[in-house]
Amino acid sequence: MSGIHVTTKINGDVVEYVCEADETLLDVLRNRLGLTGAKEGCSTGDCGACSVTVDGRLTCSCLVLGAEADGAEIGTIEGMADGEKLHPLQRKFLEHAALQCGICTPGILVAAKALLEKNPKPTETDVRFGLAGNLCRCTGYDKIVRAVMDAAQEMRRA
Amino acid sequence: MRYERPATMKQAAALLGKEKGKAFVLAGGTDLLVRLRTGFIEPDLVVDIKRIAATRTIEAVAGGFKIGAAVSCAELGEHAKLKKAWPGVVEAANLIGSKQVQGRCTIAGNLCNASPAADSVPALIAAAAKAVIVGPKGKRTVPVEQVPTAPGRTSLKKGEIIESIVLPKRPPRSGDAYLRFIPRTEMDIAVVGVGVSITLDGKGVCTDARVSLGAVAPTVLLVPEAAKALIGTKMDRNALDALAAACSAACRPIDDKRGTREFRVKVAGVLARRAAQIARKRAGGK
Repeated sequence: MSGIHVTTKINGDVVEYVCEADETLLDVLRNRLGLTGAKEGCSTGDCGACSVTVDGRLTCSCLVLGAEADGAEIGTIEGMADGEKLHPLQRKFLEHAALQCGICTPGILVAAKALLEKNPKPTETDVRFGLAGNLCRCTGYDKIVRAVMDAAQEMRRA
Repeated sequence: MRYERPATMKQAAALLGKEKGKAFVLAGGTDLLVRLRTGFIEPDLVVDIKRIAATRTIEAVAGGFKIGAAVSCAELGEHAKLKKAWPGVVEAANLIGSKQVQGRCTIAGNLCNASPAADSVPALIAAAAKAVIVGPKGKRTVPVEQVPTAPGRTSLKKGEIIESIVLPKRPPRSGDAYLRFIPRTEMDIAVVGVGVSITLDGKGVCTDARVSLGAVAPTVLLVPEAAKALIGTKMDRNALDALAAACSAACRPIDDKRGTREFRVKVAGVLARRAAQIARKRAGGK
């Protein structure tokens, strides 16, 4: 099987790779590019652990073919912090202890960032519905919701 | 598996038409990729239609809307004019899956996946939407209810692809609504879904109606008897009772882990009544 040559942009950098036709973007990110922030949970688009943005839109990378990324702009958790400086969401997750095992955290941060870009002043209900596609089996979600609300408030003041 | 990304519908139809193995269309991929990854299907060819310009736009056509087959359900929710004209269709499309899924999934894909529980399909059928189909023999336009024929099966022939879904022009004093029952608040598959679209005259009398039921039969149903219960009435209590009875009578559901036959039959009537009241309010009914 001959590979497919893909040129894409990931977190602002031009990236080229060769992948198989049936390979998902998640597998490309993790296995070919070493970007292991996006996690494989369910592989069926239910858990959100593999969340990335494709052309600015929140997506499960397990439901995208690597070949589809050609010409697109991909955003992953690795592009969230500014060098050593954490994104307010990342900081608030630490302050509120909004994670335990951490498997769902990268996906939730990417989804929360996408949510706040569309809705900078979400209600608690907005946050809960906005993150309904991200499953967490540890926290019971309350601390996650509080961290996102707190980050939103800080980002509005900034 | 080969992956092709043609630039025109003609090329896409030709690729699918001449393929000897198993060929699939890829738009949002939220159903296709799941089936691919779980080994449920083993495609020889996947044709990605997202580079075809006609599949990517929402156009105003003859007073209505032409929605490209690769337009995501999230994009429908962001289109103010579409939302104003067809709030029921948009709310149904925005109930599918999570935000992640809505960023990719499409109403044409929801239709072609041919699930009896598809959320957008009852709303599309109630809206009298049509599917524009392109194939090796040219273009044809069919009412959306003629596309799914059985669970997972459609009337599309080899090489045929849906290019767009067309929503008709809205007469004044019209409204639509979609409601579904799920045991959770979000991220679930409909146990029953109901789409209602109505038009009122100046005196508040219903002059036109279409009612559609999901998840209560092998395909999503158009229920003319339910529409008849509303037309010519002010959608008062008696008319809504007749609507509910007609909807319950039309159900041919299965028992499964999501709901029993008895429950689905009852809930179809309850939801139809509520959806009709929302549609009436949206049409400006007092």
